[in-house]
Amino acid sequence: MSEFLQQTLNGLSLGAIYALIALGYTMVYGVLRFINFAHSDVFMVGAFLGYYLAKLVPAATVGGGLLVLAGSMIGCALLGIVIERLAYRPLRRGPTLNVLITAIGVSLLLEYSGQFGFGAAPRTFPVLFPQRDLHLGGLVISSTQVIVIVVAAGLLAALQVIVHRTRIGTAMRALSLNATAAQLVGINTDVVISFTFGLGSALAAAGGILYAMNYPSIDPLMGVMPGLKAFVAAVLGGIGNIPGAALGGLILGLVETFVAGSPWSTYKDAIAFGVLIVILLCRPAGLLGKFRVEKV
Amino acid sequence: MPKPHLALLAAVAAAALVARGSGLIDPYYLDVLTIIGINVILAVSLNLVNGYTGQFSLGHAGFMSVGAYLSAAVSLQAGPAVLGSDPSALAQGLFFLGALLVGGLAAAVAGLLVGIPSLRLRGDYLAIVTLAFGEIIRVTFQNIDALGGALGLNGIPPYTTIFWVLAFAALTVFTVSCLVNSTYGRGFLAVHDDEIAAAAVGLNPTRYKIVAFVVSAFFAGIAGGLYGHFRLTITPGGFDFTKSIEIVVMVILGGMGNMLGVILAAILLTLLPEVLRPVAEYRMIIYSFLLIVLMILRPQGLFNLKLRRAKRAGP
Repeated sequence: MSEFLQQTLNGLSLGAIYALIALGYTMVYGVLRFINFAHSDVFMVGAFLGYYLAKLVPAATVGGGLLVLAGSMIGCALLGIVIERLAYRPLRRGPTLNVLITAIGVSLLLEYSGQFGFGAAPRTFPVLFPQRDLHLGGLVISSTQVIVIVVAAGLLAALQVIVHRTRIGTAMRALSLNATAAQLVGINTDVVISFTFGLGSALAAAGGILYAMNYPSIDPLMGVMPGLKAFVAAVLGGIGNIPGAALGGLILGLVETFVAGSPWSTYKDAIAFGVLIVILLCRPAGLLGKFRVEKV
Repeated sequence: MPKPHLALLAAVAAAALVARGSGLIDPYYLDVLTIIGINVILAVSLNLVNGYTGQFSLGHAGFMSVGAYLSAAVSLQAGPAVLGSDPSALAQGLFFLGALLVGGLAAAVAGLLVGIPSLRLRGDYLAIVTLAFGEIIRVTFQNIDALGGALGLNGIPPYTTIFWVLAFAALTVFTVSCLVNSTYGRGFLAVHDDEIAAAAVGLNPTRYKIVAFVVSAFFAGIAGGLYGHFRLTITPGGFDFTKSIEIVVMVILGGMGNMLGVILAAILLTLLPEVLRPVAEYRMIIYSFLLIVLMILRPQGLFNLKLRRAKRAGP
């Protein structure tokens, strides 16, 4: 039983990170209808920003850790806005496939610039928050896990407030419902799209730092696999749907952790994708997505 | 004989001629030419699905790996027994052809198995499911000990010659262009343009999609076999989603559904990293930067010289 609880806890903390990254994919998809492949590399940049910022603040303190988190989120938000402005906006009117290719280009650019700038060798991520293990019966809860879950839950709540209670959030939802109508009622789509990219990238940065705290080794290609999984999570929940992305992330994290603890652990990556296929075949628009019947 | 067959014959003859003279070509250029040929096969076959039929597949490297593994396994397991110690060039060539076909057919079967469930989905969902299948194929190979597990297969005999690569590239171009230009093949374009309208005039869109998928997977398998017998060692990691993306980039940059453009893009994108080799550490940075710039400046595809046929009607 305690084994089960332990795995559930591990799965939840991994799932929370996937959920944070998946939100970026899903929000961008919501407003622009394309898969932002560069998102996983913004996640990587977030972790590296955390690595460098951590040298400026006292190690293993709550205040220092939060400062690093905030700094990295702001940095990546700016990066996301710049990427959108330079690489995606010129193609706004073109077919989405072209934007997909530029997204792949940006992704490669960030990865290779990272290998050039940060070095290709993995680095050890510093300790940001105070570390202590909590023993509850047979259950071991590390402070890192608690922080991961608390930070992720806090950010999700904040996102929910932004999307549903603010003017810009309302504009985001309007844009994802119908871009032309949103423009007609006077919404400045450029501003809203920039904001969406900034928000998504900030969440990716937070995901990057939390991921690096859990698996303290970072390198310029660290984003590829978590990014792919998070993307799967976004599709699983119904892409474009914000609660869906969070749900998909949690499901994926749990499934992966349980499989990793089972005899089929070497199939861990395949089973995450297998779950996706099964769910999509039963519900072609994802768990919470709305299936639209095509009208002639 | 109709003209395309003549063109195919001429291309195969040219391939034989190049192979004859391969001793005169610098081995480095020969290697680059081989990779170009393999990439042309991959890009042209993917173009059938992504370009002509309009289904976005991101799992091409998975089918390539099926072909690479199966044909390499045939060469490694059956090769010594069938060929003996000192095979003639003809026997070796025929045996290699057989191994490639085994790889191609296995990939086609994989394409069928993946295609039937996933082609019910559309657009981005189809893309992600094909990506997922590609990754599942990779992880499965990683776990089959008989095929070397994560270490892959080593010591594959070096059967791939420039003749086979160029001949199969020609065959791929021939098959795909004859297929889409045939009466039957107009259905691919119809499915691409409007699935509902295609169904309304009595075509079966699912069937067309599956045919496109299977043919495309077959040639990906052949390309994989050629690749394996060229590199002499294959690992599951070499066929990951980055490889699929690389092929998709060739198709989109060439202009989807534009045969000549896709071939030129495959050549260009293979040459680009080689040309940039002198600036070693900046090379991939420049490559990715060029990719972005090219896409922004030529959104209709790099080599799409035709003006847009007709502007899409509607708002």
